[in-house]
Amino acid sequence: MVPTSYYVLLSAVLFILGVIGVVTRRNALVLFMSVELMLNSANLALVAFAAARQDVAGQIVVFFVIVVAAAEVAVGLALLVAIFRSKRTTDVDEIHALRG
Amino acid sequence: MTEITIPPIDWRVATQLCIIFGWASVLLIIALFVPRSRIRVVGYLAIAGLVVAAGAGIPFWGGSAETFGGMLRLDTYSMMLNWLFLAAAAVVIAYSLNYLPKHGIEHGEYYVLVLFATAGMMLLAQGGDLIVLFLGLELLSLTLYVLTGFAYPRETSEESGMKYLLTGAFAGGFIVFGIALIYGATGSLNLAAIGDTLARAALAAEDRTYLYAGAALIVTGFGYKIAMAPFHMWAPDVYEGAPTPVAAFLSVGSKAAGFAALVRFLVEAMGSQWPVWAPALATLAIATLLLGNIGALIQNNVKRMLAYSSVGHAGYMLLGVLAAGAPGGMAGQRGVEAVLLYLLAYMLTNLGAFGVLIALEQRGELTWDINQFAGLWARRPLLASAMAICLLSLAGVPPTAGFWGKFYVFTAAWQAGFGWLTIIGILTAAIAAFYYVRIVVQMFTAEPSRETPAETDPALRAGLVIAIAGILVLGFMPAPAIDLVQRSVLATVGGQ
Repeated sequence: MVPTSYYVLLSAVLFILGVIGVVTRRNALVLFMSVELMLNSANLALVAFAAARQDVAGQIVVFFVIVVAAAEVAVGLALLVAIFRSKRTTDVDEIHALRG
Repeated sequence: MTEITIPPIDWRVATQLCIIFGWASVLLIIALFVPRSRIRVVGYLAIAGLVVAAGAGIPFWGGSAETFGGMLRLDTYSMMLNWLFLAAAAVVIAYSLNYLPKHGIEHGEYYVLVLFATAGMMLLAQGGDLIVLFLGLELLSLTLYVLTGFAYPRETSEESGMKYLLTGAFAGGFIVFGIALIYGATGSLNLAAIGDTLARAALAAEDRTYLYAGAALIVTGFGYKIAMAPFHMWAPDVYEGAPTPVAAFLSVGSKAAGFAALVRFLVEAMGSQWPVWAPALATLAIATLLLGNIGALIQNNVKRMLAYSSVGHAGYMLLGVLAAGAPGGMAGQRGVEAVLLYLLAYMLTNLGAFGVLIALEQRGELTWDINQFAGLWARRPLLASAMAICLLSLAGVPPTAGFWGKFYVFTAAWQAGFGWLTIIGILTAAIAAFYYVRIVVQMFTAEPSRETPAETDPALRAGLVIAIAGILVLGFMPAPAIDLVQRSVLATVGGQ
């Protein structure tokens, strides 16, 4: 059996990859994908802990997280489409009417 | 195969939530059948729902109960916050009734979204379980993303919606991963159960690593929501681009709900770990106080200035949160009271200030330069006085609500042993007074640079009167409000 800490390590690596993606990439679609990676790394950790503790609560949380992630992407893509219609870009550095 | 038994559900705990959720869902359908020209009826109906929900809470005041296996709580703390959220939502809807048609963005969904956001805030105040806190936070955030981008196709509104969504989703990722780690460390998601586990025995080294990493991630995630430095960068852009009533809602409701959940998490679940998290949070509080207030100092855009000032106010509330976790009962209770009183004062004041901004805002006008306020006293004395009262209250000048909020927070922090932090708080409050007074001076002494028309309507005036009256009543007679917050006890384990 694989120790739980291996799963946690893997999920931490995925989480950090997601964070790096959000911080460095400038395409809004890639940013959404990076956020998804962060959420799914948390799901992996939750499932691993739930399996180690023989407890279903962690597995149930995963479903909630999946639903919330889907809702978030739905709203995000709607906003992105609205912005794309008026600005013809998905690069977040090009969207800068507000600053100061 | 074990049989699943569902424990009896105490619906009293969820009454207010059910009313808001149910009414929002019904209203969404009603809005479809209301003709476009009469859509403000939906707004009136939404306010009616908020009033009914507020009234429905009165019989349950004073008690403490939990249901859904401890996932949902109703104690005097959450009840008080629920009333605050309902009142703020009602004022925001009153502000919006004429703002929306004036700016050509009147849709029935707006009012429904405000109701759903309010339900999210109430979930955050009542949640006794990490997953409920997460769901409440996401319900609140998702609706606010849409509301922020509601002035589509105005570019600034779209942009601020996008920025808010990206930072909010990023913060959500931190919170989920933090929840996962805390679940791994303690084997539970219930705040009270986590608190029990941590208070009973020391964790194994590996679990302790998970716990602290998880707690740090959750505090970071909530830090974004309450605009705590260094996670506040989104606030000025989002406040500036969002429709002004939505900015008002964001600045009071979202922040109050974030603090409600943060206090619950830190005090109920992590209370025994106070010596570990207090120094870290104290550092963040100092950063928030300095960055917020100095950021506001260099702004000429009033809306952005209010955004930075709201960051600064988050710093003062963090002082209360620090005191709330302090061991020894009395100091902790003082801290919770201080956070609540500060939230009450801050809410009234910011709603008032944004109300004046709404009165001054013209269609298509996006400059919020401080010059707009020049000579306002000569043209609209009532509006100018209202703004002056709000700004003095934000600065914490007696006898206004803001003074008592600051006074209570500083006393609580001092009693909890944060003397040097209190001194930094007082110093930054002095910096803050400077930029608030700058606007007051502009309004009362400067010559009008140009004619800025200001329009008010009965609904906006009603909202303003409520806010200003609240500030003055709380300022001159703080006793009833202090009495109210002193009864607002965070019911911890077993509903003591």
